[in-house]
Amino acid sequence: MRRRVLPGLTLSLGITLLYVGLIVALPLGALIFKAASLGPEDYWRIISSGRALASYRVTVLSAAAATVFNLVFGLALAWVLVRYSFPGKRLVDAIVDLPFALPTAVAGIALTTLFAPNGWFGSWLSEAGIRVAYTPLGIMIAMAFTSLPFIVRTVQPVLEDLDPALEEAAQSLGGSDVAIFRKVILPLLVPALLAGVSLAFARSLGEFGAIIFIAGNQPFETEITALLAFIRLEEYDYQAAAAIASVLLITAFAMLAVTNFLQARALRYTARS
Amino acid sequence: MKITLDTVVKTFDTFRAVHGVSLEIESGELIALLGPSGSGKTTILRMVAGLEYADSGSILFGDKDATDIPVRDRGVGFVFQHYALFPHMTVAENIAFGMKVSKRKRSREEIATRVTELLALVRLEGLGDRFPTQISGGQRQRVALARALAVDPRVLLLDEPFGALDANVRRDLRRWLREIHDQLGITTLFVTHDQEEALDLADRVVILEQGRIVQEGTPEEVCRRPNSPFVTKFLGDAHRLVGPVTSGSARVAGGTVAVPSLPDGQAEIFVRPADLSWGEGDIPAEVTRVIDRPDGRRVVVRLEDGTTLELDMPPETRIEKGDRQTLRVRRAHAFPLA
Ligand SMILES: Nc1ncnc2c1ncn2[C@@H]1O[C@H](COP(=O)(O)OP(=O)(O)O)[C@@H](O)[C@H]1O
Ligand SMILES: [Mg+2]
Repeated sequence: MRRRVLPGLTLSLGITLLYVGLIVALPLGALIFKAASLGPEDYWRIISSGRALASYRVTVLSAAAATVFNLVFGLALAWVLVRYSFPGKRLVDAIVDLPFALPTAVAGIALTTLFAPNGWFGSWLSEAGIRVAYTPLGIMIAMAFTSLPFIVRTVQPVLEDLDPALEEAAQSLGGSDVAIFRKVILPLLVPALLAGVSLAFARSLGEFGAIIFIAGNQPFETEITALLAFIRLEEYDYQAAAAIASVLLITAFAMLAVTNFLQARALRYTARS
Repeated sequence: MKITLDTVVKTFDTFRAVHGVSLEIESGELIALLGPSGSGKTTILRMVAGLEYADSGSILFGDKDATDIPVRDRGVGFVFQHYALFPHMTVAENIAFGMKVSKRKRSREEIATRVTELLALVRLEGLGDRFPTQISGGQRQRVALARALAVDPRVLLLDEPFGALDANVRRDLRRWLREIHDQLGITTLFVTHDQEEALDLADRVVILEQGRIVQEGTPEEVCRRPNSPFVTKFLGDAHRLVGPVTSGSARVAGGTVAVPSLPDGQAEIFVRPADLSWGEGDIPAEVTRVIDRPDGRRVVVRLEDGTTLELDMPPETRIEKGDRQTLRVRRAHAFPLA
């Protein structure tokens, strides 16, 4: 008889698979099944309608902008949290998780209050001629808010584990701070940054609660795909809702697949020959 | 390049790691900083490199005060204890790094030629395209050295360069480092806690204890004339006997040891395996263990007062546990006990 590595492996494996199957795969399968019950022509008509296409554009562009913003800002935040000590550092560190902990609707209402034309930031910004609430900019801000922790929390541990001797070696070889950051630190952070980016982007694509309050939800202008699916659901048009939701699902999957591939490439050097 | 340390002091928070160390390293010399773990070796090396700043005192490169020159402008090659190779770069890219980021611009061909030269120098031809995870520890060590040498440093600094390698690789690399040093003539300071390594490799050995230099000299000087019980013990394989001295002769464990240079009073006497003769003298001893080695037999004996000593005998000696004989101490390092 073969000896098992872990006692109870069969049991724990069984529970895990059952869980993943019931909680994750089954609903997704049902969604695909529902969407597939439309004929190909109807499916295509629904997902390529003008209103749907406009919603993809708003959603993807805002999510991309929010992710780029978080890539830069999240990396900077992680850097500061790891490399410097300052009063209130633990508080800042805790606040980073707030977007995770907060119900997204609460975040949405708070952001709307701040950025509405008569809100604290909004009144100030509207004097400068910038409108945030009820524009794609508002959508972007809501997405950036809810997806910030992904980049910070994926980069932070990698940065903490970077061997200081690597930077010292680069210094002793004459490298400037900029050269060391570009050629030594950044390449070592790339896999973590990719993971953070894919999670942040996927989360932004699907975000709903934080956005609908601030977005204004004008069809063709500020209507996100998740809201469009919700509207179809409210109309009891389950098939159309499933069709639109399936587009989000496929996009998120494609995104995760691409970043996994890039990540594997970036980590080539850890493989032993 | 001659390096001078003048009463250099370093304190971490409240802990003083280096107490006023002064040291001169002649141009082209190969020096070992030897001391137990925590004696401040790495700290001294890092101050010479500019990775750590001295609290007071000064460090001169030639005649020039280098105390406040940052590491990137100091022109030192530093080999880290765990090599610190860039994991995402190939061996060749690691070696080329210093040339690529240098203020002195070099052409692509010039860099490639130099990398090939260095790979040959460290005997790693053909491994340029491997990543650090794909080579052995000894090979990584040599990559680290090639990388440090690529920028033509004025001084080479190595922190426990062979510490993480197994014994055979270690001995080979030691000889090889000596050859490279003789070939390039570069002033070299290396840190080790292994006395055999220091004695084997260095022109001069500097022995540290708790942040202070306790003795420096050629391997012969420190081995023949250790100036303190600490140095004698630290150089290894010494056993300690204690007894009263009267007119040049110490009474220990039921016998006597000749200590001609010592004044009367209590003394501590250090003896090494090669200093002892079996079947002579007047110290009674009993064999408790025989350890066989390729080059001879090491015999562990117990004296009347319970002290354990070891001595070496030729491989053909017939001796076994329980044998009783007397011992003679032919040579010893003795110090008065305060
Ligand atoms: N960055 C540091 N902060 C505080 N204490 C340190 C630091 N570096 C070294 N020390 C202390 O200084 C002493 C000497 O350290 P080190 O130079 O690394 O010794 P060695 O290399 O001889 O083992 C040790 O007791 C160590 O704990
Ligand atoms: Mg050390």
